[in-house]
Amino acid sequence: MAFIPHTPADVEAMLATIGVSSIEQLFDEIPASLRVKSLDGVPVELNEMQIGRLMSERARIDGRPLCFIGAGAYEHHIPAAVWALTTRGEFYSAYTPYQAEASQGTLQLIYEYQTMMASLTGMEVSNASLYDGASAVAEASLMAVRANRKSKSLRILVPRTVNPTYRRVAVSTAGNQGLRFEDVPHAPDSGVTSLDALKKYEGEDVTALVIQQPNFFGQLEDVDALTDWAHAKGIFVIAVVNPTSLALLKPPGEWGSSKGADIVVGDGQPLGVPLSSGGPYFGFMTTRMEYVRQMPGRIVGRTVDLSGREGFTLTLQAREQHIRRAKATSNICTNQGLLVTAATIYMSLMGPVGLERTAVASHASTKELVSALAGVKGVRRAFAGPFFHESVLLLDRPVAPVLTSLAKRGILGGLDLSELYPELGYALLVCATETKTLSDIDSYVAALGEAVQAVRAA
Amino acid sequence: MSNVPPDLQYTKTHEWVRTLPDGTVEIGITDHAQHALGDLVFVEVPEGGRTVTLGEPCAVVESVKAASDVYSPVAGEVTLGNPVLAAEPEAVNNDPYGKGWLMRLRPTKGAASGEFMGADAYLKLLQTEAG
Repeated sequence: MAFIPHTPADVEAMLATIGVSSIEQLFDEIPASLRVKSLDGVPVELNEMQIGRLMSERARIDGRPLCFIGAGAYEHHIPAAVWALTTRGEFYSAYTPYQAEASQGTLQLIYEYQTMMASLTGMEVSNASLYDGASAVAEASLMAVRANRKSKSLRILVPRTVNPTYRRVAVSTAGNQGLRFEDVPHAPDSGVTSLDALKKYEGEDVTALVIQQPNFFGQLEDVDALTDWAHAKGIFVIAVVNPTSLALLKPPGEWGSSKGADIVVGDGQPLGVPLSSGGPYFGFMTTRMEYVRQMPGRIVGRTVDLSGREGFTLTLQAREQHIRRAKATSNICTNQGLLVTAATIYMSLMGPVGLERTAVASHASTKELVSALAGVKGVRRAFAGPFFHESVLLLDRPVAPVLTSLAKRGILGGLDLSELYPELGYALLVCATETKTLSDIDSYVAALGEAVQAVRAA
Repeated sequence: MSNVPPDLQYTKTHEWVRTLPDGTVEIGITDHAQHALGDLVFVEVPEGGRTVTLGEPCAVVESVKAASDVYSPVAGEVTLGNPVLAAEPEAVNNDPYGKGWLMRLRPTKGAASGEFMGADAYLKLLQTEAG
């Protein structure tokens, strides 16, 4: 399908029709004080040759550092075929096609994606994706309020071990719709959410509990105990998961002793989407069939045409805003069709075995990294207990200058947690995926030894 | 022509109301409404115990092509949402005045009630809308 932009004549005709003199006039209501007049370091106008040159010069300045930062976005090897296929003309649109008769290939791909995500998370139904992992948590919270009809409180418990960015986005998105997001502290020694911390909610009306596995610190939560605690009180369980980890860990559909998590969300970036300054990534969401009508986002279904031939089409659309308007399950309809295409191709190429090998190798890398780094003078592990492919280290001096010193040595050493978690002290979150070799880890260990020496102890 | 039983009260938004012997009222959508919506695939009814105001959207009927709200024709407390409809939404199509009722309410004493009409007036309304 061709997407043809408006010509200047089209634009003029449209402006004339609505009686507006310029496109700029449509933005009149944005006060001048909020407008960006110029962007530092961004030239006004460059041709393609010039911009290509500028970008490669700037990329050279960035260099190719070794990245040990995770914290929600992870560097994985992406087979070359993934993006070679994704960027073919037949797929190369970010938009979900409404016209089934012109879009069978795309629709089938989304259907396969949904099947894979449902299977990976152990749930019955998946939507066609959401904007990103953070907004998926906001959407899951709103969905829990609609679906958990026994609860009237609109209270969502969000342990401190959930990605803090996700919590902030959930508050921004749903906070003004009456939802209250309440922090639950983590256990200081293990870095996980304990049942003790939840005791104060016994006997109170709570709508949902968010459980992130592995949690933001990389630690493994006792998801069975947490799920059972919540379900015994009629509290919905919103699982936030890393899709790669599901090749090894119990899928949320099997958490607890009875029915598993109620809604599963997460960021799909680890499935074939490269790291790029925070996005574009994509969010995923799966649930059980009994809640499908409360689920936001598009869903593709398989059906047959009049002659009995298999076909694919958008389904259950009465949830969506083009039909339900203000009462739709969501009015944030952004999904990430192109990234879902890449993820589907990535999962197809990896298969369950490939994904499991990626997860095992990432876990092994991180184990190696953490035990080596904890051997550096002035560095120790923050938490006991199992982790997946991330872990928190405690330094005996401020983290920021150490990271700056590491960056000068070509190493992105991790995420400084001191602003997000001041209670942890000088804490550093590190990650190593299958992309990191033993020699990469050795380089980091040597560089950290030097960097710690270079920074004066507190 | 739509089936319009003589013993019920009707609203302009195509709900019907039946007063039961215990003083509660049973509410559903009319034969005309179910026909206009087409085959229903999902019906959401309110939970018992919920308080609804006059005109508040309190149930949703969804067909393959649209989802519509059902507005409460009286203020009161829901005593029961029809439990049959979760598994059998087509009961609203097949038997809109019987098995396909949506909810039962205990009207709030002294609260203003909506404007109802009898079967004759409702039939006339349908003729006007069709004309």
